[in-house]
Amino acid sequence: MLGALFSALQLGTALADSLVVCTEASPDALNAQLSTANTSFDVSEQIADRLVEMKIGGSDLVPGLAESWTISPEGLTYTFKLRHGVKFQSNANFKPTRDFNADDVVFSFQRMSDKTNPFYQSANGNFPEFVDLVAPNLASVDKIDDYTVAFKLKAPLAPLLPSLSMQPFSILSAEYAAALQKSGKLGALDQEPIGTGPFSFAQYDKDAVIRFRAFHQFWGEGGAQPDRVAKVDNLVFAITPDASVRYAKLRTNECQIARYPNPADLAAMRANPDIKVQEAAIAGTNYIRFRVDRKPLDDKRVRQALAEAIDMDNLVKAVFQGGGTPAASLVPPSLWGYDASLKPYKYDPDGAKKLLAEAGYPSGFTIDLWAIPVVRAYMPNGRRTAEMIQADWAKIGVTANITTYEWGEYLKRSRAGEPSVGMLGGTWDYPDPSEILLGFICNNPGNAAHWCNQTYTDAVLKANVVTNQDERAQLYITADKAVYDDIPLVRLADVKAYVPVRKNVEGFKLHFLGGQPFGGVSLGK
Amino acid sequence: MVVFLARRLGLVLVTFFGITVFAFALIHLIPGDPVMLMFGERNVDPAQLDQLRAQLGLDRPLIVQYGLYVWHAVHGDLGTSLATHDSVMDEFLTHFPATVELAVSAMLIAVLVGVPAGIVAALRRGSTTDYSVMGLALAGYSMPIFWWAILLILLFSVTLGVTPVSGRIGITYDVAPATRFMLIDSLLSDDSGAFRSALSHLILPAIALGTIPLAVIARMTRSAMLEVLNEDYVRTARAKGLSPLRVVGLHALRNALIPVITVVGLQVGSLFGGAVLTETIFAWPGVGSWLIHGIARRDYPVLQGGILMVASIVILVNLTVDVLTGIVNPRVRQRR
Repeated sequence: MLGALFSALQLGTALADSLVVCTEASPDALNAQLSTANTSFDVSEQIADRLVEMKIGGSDLVPGLAESWTISPEGLTYTFKLRHGVKFQSNANFKPTRDFNADDVVFSFQRMSDKTNPFYQSANGNFPEFVDLVAPNLASVDKIDDYTVAFKLKAPLAPLLPSLSMQPFSILSAEYAAALQKSGKLGALDQEPIGTGPFSFAQYDKDAVIRFRAFHQFWGEGGAQPDRVAKVDNLVFAITPDASVRYAKLRTNECQIARYPNPADLAAMRANPDIKVQEAAIAGTNYIRFRVDRKPLDDKRVRQALAEAIDMDNLVKAVFQGGGTPAASLVPPSLWGYDASLKPYKYDPDGAKKLLAEAGYPSGFTIDLWAIPVVRAYMPNGRRTAEMIQADWAKIGVTANITTYEWGEYLKRSRAGEPSVGMLGGTWDYPDPSEILLGFICNNPGNAAHWCNQTYTDAVLKANVVTNQDERAQLYITADKAVYDDIPLVRLADVKAYVPVRKNVEGFKLHFLGGQPFGGVSLGK
Repeated sequence: MVVFLARRLGLVLVTFFGITVFAFALIHLIPGDPVMLMFGERNVDPAQLDQLRAQLGLDRPLIVQYGLYVWHAVHGDLGTSLATHDSVMDEFLTHFPATVELAVSAMLIAVLVGVPAGIVAALRRGSTTDYSVMGLALAGYSMPIFWWAILLILLFSVTLGVTPVSGRIGITYDVAPATRFMLIDSLLSDDSGAFRSALSHLILPAIALGTIPLAVIARMTRSAMLEVLNEDYVRTARAKGLSPLRVVGLHALRNALIPVITVVGLQVGSLFGGAVLTETIFAWPGVGSWLIHGIARRDYPVLQGGILMVASIVILVNLTVDVLTGIVNPRVRQRR
């Protein structure tokens, strides 16, 4: 009787032309200019485009709304030649009367930099990524002609191009903005966004569902960017905070892609005939780092001993459960600038004991070891990692007291340099090693290891100015070697990310930098 | 009655201000910094973090922040969310109907099943039926909601396939948010399957959320009935030859319901608490999940404003229950 009652309720089923993605959280903003969160980047990735784009599933830059660009020899002027024939989307309140041109690029950056711009004020000047990554170096964005813009810098900024591929630097419609200003609805620029991307924004039911519709006038449909073209009529983000519930929805086909699965569910997902698990290496790094200005960690022999006392193969197997390989280079293999010649420190507890004795600690010592309290893309189990390190160090006479705090508090204290041995990491938002490597240069307030190595600092600062990518890659290799030799930190693992999808999902490529594109994804039979 | 109401309203005002102090203090005692959480592990210039803190008013002394919070709150302004920059009042009003719909449905299940269960247990006191009902009530009361919710999903949605997993309505239904009560909006829509989809999505979360109140109401009804069934007037009614249905349904139940009404009012508070977990599991976009996200982000205006609104509603419901009890039971409204 219960079954009859339930079947009478006629459950909705997925339409053939709708792709439903179970996402893990709500976006802060529908326009990534206003946010630092990946959830907002995911929205802007579907709707809008950038001057340059990241290759999906890779870290190379490809032309976006700019077909080509040149950089002046002193690195202070970037001139972009813009694509012709690019159409903007329309919505209930706006229909564009012209194609994309230089005015849109100028507006998109002016609204973030000019305090007198009404759209700067409508967002309360809240453009965190622009302020952090581009604004300090940007002098102006100038229109040269309808299809040429020039970015003029106050000082060279080699990561500018990779930064511009991030979703917070999406190009908005100046014509839409003008229409909204006329009607007095300035907030709609960010709440009802339009762009030139493969999907147009349809509706956001707060904390529930975001709906997109295919935009068949997307410029990529002509063959310019085939892997971003919308292959379904409707794209839906079903916001589902709990990972177990996302998996349940995948099993019942209520969603066809379930992001950020529970690692504990992966085996069951692989065993399910209706589900396939896609994987890709993430652009992330993880490490334990030492306060090198604090005894006994100021002695490199001690740091080397601690590094060589960790059975990294065993740790990575236990913590990452097949999803990681022991690492050595601070830059991961998924990014250019990776040094494949560096190998993880050897596991040599006897050698480690000898080193400690040489350094004056034959009986070992006691130290605090911090553990990340939350699951991060680069660290599935901080507590377990710390426990395994603690057990390894106990064998050489080092007593590690595991310390942890609530995540916000952990970040605050970690940044302040409180841990002697801190655990942290990060994932890249754009394809440039500088994003994380700048954190370890001399006198950087964020350098919680208090490590100052001139070789490293010189290499990283030069790479921030030089614009030739091969030269920059060599500089990052030099920097990585300096880290490896001086041991201010011990890398843990290069990590994979997983996304389970229904068996009939075709064309999905896991992208590990910024927003995840769903163009190019279709549903087979 | 007027004096009774005036006394109650005076208490409400005192409680309201007590809540502002309590909510504000508790929220600021939670470790963590909202600006730090926005940037996570990113290597950001500390000067930029300080500038953002100043922009958000977080650099002011706590007593000033509290004063501004109360001043704006009494003028109906709960501030703007640190994360989304939307008005907290607007966000609350967007999320509140979803919670009301879920809470009312849960309470309906709790009352419609709990009261008859309690009556049956009382009438069959000491029997297997009595022990079974009370045993199930104890089990229902003891189960953690988040565990019970996942169990319901695994059984009914994944294994049997008779209910959807989560959400308020099937993805294929694009219902205009006229009232934000999905059952009503789906009825108003052109789509014939929308109402059935909305109802099917409501069943499991309502059962999950209603289980604890159901257990409490069943036990309370049983106790109240047992007390009333031993009263002289019930014996008199039986002696007069009235039918069992009339004795129980008319004379006993009316008096037994007095404490049950009070319990129902008290359960509204626990429903909001339970809604936090239920809404998270079932991806139900109500006030509970909104507050949980606010805690994770340390979104102080959302937490301060949201807790104040929820507390106000609980106070209002309990005031209504007090007044109803006063109407139903004259002994309550008279001065002792």
